[in-house]
Amino acid sequence: MLFSLQDVSVDRGGRPVLRDLSLEIPEGATAIVGPSGVGKSTLLRLLNRLADPDAGAVYYRRRDVCSLDPLALRREVALVPQLPALLPGTVADNLRFAARLAGRDVDGEVLDRVGLDASFADRIATRLSVGEQQRAMLARTLVQQPSVLLLDEPTSALDPDARDAVEATLRRLRAELGLATVLVTHDPAQAERLADRAVRLEAP
Amino acid sequence: MSTSIHVTLGEVAAALGLVAVALAVSLWQRSGVEGDIGVAVARSFVQLTAIGYVVKLVFDTDSLALVVALISAMALMGAFTARGRARRVPGAFWPLLVALAVAGAATLGLVVALGVFPATPRYLVPVGGMIIGNAMTSAAVALNRLGDDVAAAAREIEATLALGATASLAVRPLVRRSLRSAVIPLVDQTKTTGLIAFPGTMVGMLLAGAAPVDAVRLQLVLLYVLLGGVSLAALVAVMLAHRSFFTPAHQLRELPERAEL
Repeated sequence: MLFSLQDVSVDRGGRPVLRDLSLEIPEGATAIVGPSGVGKSTLLRLLNRLADPDAGAVYYRRRDVCSLDPLALRREVALVPQLPALLPGTVADNLRFAARLAGRDVDGEVLDRVGLDASFADRIATRLSVGEQQRAMLARTLVQQPSVLLLDEPTSALDPDARDAVEATLRRLRAELGLATVLVTHDPAQAERLADRAVRLEAP
Repeated sequence: MSTSIHVTLGEVAAALGLVAVALAVSLWQRSGVEGDIGVAVARSFVQLTAIGYVVKLVFDTDSLALVVALISAMALMGAFTARGRARRVPGAFWPLLVALAVAGAATLGLVVALGVFPATPRYLVPVGGMIIGNAMTSAAVALNRLGDDVAAAAREIEATLALGATASLAVRPLVRRSLRSAVIPLVDQTKTTGLIAFPGTMVGMLLAGAAPVDAVRLQLVLLYVLLGGVSLAALVAVMLAHRSFFTPAHQLRELPERAEL
């Protein structure tokens, strides 16, 4: 089992977001669907310990995530946030920053892998279009060579063309690298295109 | 510096004539600060008179223990005041108190060790008070800026944490910016001193009848001491406080909403 959640509850600002949730997420590609505000993003952040539940436990490949080094866990279970948030500097600077954190070198093909040509390396990251930035975020994650990808609404800020491009990238990555993925989306059709199975979250 | 100057209460009262000008401007232009001016005048009179007697007591007893007590009390008050301006920083009081204490102790210790001033209340009290006051401002500015910047850049910080960066690494650019904003006003003031404004110590000494060269030299000593003290206070406050935005597991805490200032 990739992830197991046992009786997980999360409050944010005094409001319950997840209530006694128990869930098994197997290896492969799983989509988490449900209406907005139901706690999908919150759930995703529990999986690499960007947040901890107020009650209950989260297991990653049978180990309690609280027993793992959070920094190492985040490099192995990589989260790509809903909106791009690149650091100032060039795309290459961003890639090097991430690679150094993981103690790796920048894989020269990583831009190609996310559908950006090599000339993007020297572009200022924050001046790219949102779709290009989202792919640069993905590249930045991939240089760390994670074993699991957590994708939080990866195409919600994109127009249909950019969305199709990112989706094609994600499908190709799965085929080439065999990464396990957990995808949060409000779009059941996207869940069908990108995942083997879908879990539906309902309001607590 | 054996010169002294005697100011009567009547002369202080006469200076209130200038406050009347400020009040008149406020009323005429309806800027609505006449109430604040009144409070400021009353508070400054009461506070400075009280501290005058305290300083007189410290000078008369000539006790270093009393000097330490007085400066500690100032640091405590300063930390309380600065905390009000750093509401977005969780648990800001202790970093501020340590910052003021370190800035005060280190700079006073250094000026005494270097032989700039003798270790007597007449020098330690005014210099210490000046350092604490300026250190309070710089530490408050630094933490205020850091709190605002962390709230504004929460998404970028979390994205950096998601790469497995430590909390300290994720806020490092913001720490640098907050240090700059804390120190730059005094740096600018130091750059332009004498050209645009006469600094307070020099004015005081000239009024008290000191030779201009002496007044300038003492002012320079104090400016340099202040630069050191202010930088140290901002650095200590930010170094101690920046981790409080995060849990031990390098998670960004939910921040309180922006405080009404």
